[in-house]
Amino acid sequence: MTVARFWRKIPNRYNLIGTKCENCNTYYFPPRLVCPPCRRNGIIHEHQFEGTGTVITFSTVYSAPEGFAEMTPYVLAIVQLDEGPRLTAQIVCDPSEINIGMRVRSVFRKLGEEGPDGVIYYGTKFAPM
Amino acid sequence: MRDVAIIGIGCTKFGEMWHKSFRDLFIEAGILALEDAGISGAQVEALYGGNMSSGIFVEQEHVGAIIADYSGLVSNNIPSTRVEAACASGGLALRSGVIAVASQYHDVVISAGIEKMTDVGAEKAIDALASAADREWEAAVGATFPSLYAMMARAHMHEFGTTRQQLAQVAVKNHSHGALNPRAQFRNRITIDMVTSSPLVADPLRLYDCSPITDGAAAVVLVPAERAREFTDTPIYVKAATQASDTISLHDRRSLTTIDATVVAAHRAFKTAGLQPRDIDVAEVHDCFTIAEIMAIEDLGFFNKGAGGPATLDGETAIGGKIPINTSGGLKACGHPVGATGIKQAVEIVEQLRGEANKRQVDGAEIGLTHNVGGTGGTVVVHILSR
Ligand SMILES: [Zn+2]
Repeated sequence: MTVARFWRKIPNRYNLIGTKCENCNTYYFPPRLVCPPCRRNGIIHEHQFEGTGTVITFSTVYSAPEGFAEMTPYVLAIVQLDEGPRLTAQIVCDPSEINIGMRVRSVFRKLGEEGPDGVIYYGTKFAPM
Repeated sequence: MRDVAIIGIGCTKFGEMWHKSFRDLFIEAGILALEDAGISGAQVEALYGGNMSSGIFVEQEHVGAIIADYSGLVSNNIPSTRVEAACASGGLALRSGVIAVASQYHDVVISAGIEKMTDVGAEKAIDALASAADREWEAAVGATFPSLYAMMARAHMHEFGTTRQQLAQVAVKNHSHGALNPRAQFRNRITIDMVTSSPLVADPLRLYDCSPITDGAAAVVLVPAERAREFTDTPIYVKAATQASDTISLHDRRSLTTIDATVVAAHRAFKTAGLQPRDIDVAEVHDCFTIAEIMAIEDLGFFNKGAGGPATLDGETAIGGKIPINTSGGLKACGHPVGATGIKQAVEIVEQLRGEANKRQVDGAEIGLTHNVGGTGGTVVVHILSR
């Protein structure tokens, strides 16, 4: 992913800022500018998520493309935030530690890098609570 | 709307075709289809080509024009359109062709699919495939394609008790079918132990749970059903061509153990055709990973939720079983040139319904189904074909 494309979403990626539709009280992360149930009747505001949630499912990744290959094996999960929405994130823990239903909280970590001299990407991962 | 029939099929060998280029592959498939239909290129009125990622795999876009050009079909300046929906590009090319004929826009249409994946290294190919997922919110945080299906597998095992052995049997069964298919990339039989001891890719999925990287092309010729007998004694009729969409990201789906777009596309297809799942004699489903076939045979209505794994282990989906699934070897053993897969599925079902599938023949097959998935279920295309 290009630098500009990553940086554009830095507030969201670093600080877990998503959106909320004030019309139907639904939270979105990743952020959405169109609320699917309300569409043009939606009233979308930025929302800072608490960063606590529950593991819904997970995998340990052993084979990854460039940028992530150096970090294998790493734990990947779908996390349901306490406010409702689900997202995909890495979990900072040993593969043997994770289970479905585990409580996690967001942490700021290195996500990946582009080659040995390339850009280092940071963002949100989750750790066991 | 009028009924549509398939009068010709063509498919290359699938595999690592070092000696064949992107152009060589679609020319071969197209010529085979025209020869099978007994028509000349001059009769073709329009062309739809399914292709996922020629821009990354062969650094070439605008392949609609190239396919028409190098197939020798530009002399009539026919419309030629590339169709893209990730791994469902082929199925979508077929549906696009069916719509073009059904709507009376055209009488003789070719729907083709093509992917040349081995001109780039494995890492680049894996990255290209990751673009079928959400680049910004899945791939950017380290999700790979196998890991997304692995998370579905984990959820399915948790919810329904699906076992590692049941997953492995999908690969074992599809390799046993592929062994009977001269076009298949892998023609070796494997065992459950070989699957469960192969290297981990994304836990719980291992190397033998994953479909391979493949080169290949396939094509079919479509005409109005009322004209089909002008060309062939064995027309195969398109009873339904349906499509459904869902969220691009897996994490936004209603369920992680059901692909809703499959359920909806199948429901629309059965309604259109006036048929039930039990009426299907043979099906090609999208087994990009072993868990994908188990979810597909449940979501298409062949088995109840949670019963797909046990049914597979009991042999109900093998040739000779209750509902033979992936007689071609599926994506797992026949190979998965992503843009070609949806058309290859139709080629296999047409051969079955014509009674031309040789050692893979399902006795008395009259009605077949194809199921083609884009990404983790953001697009699903279903076709029902009949004798
Ligand atoms: Zn709303």
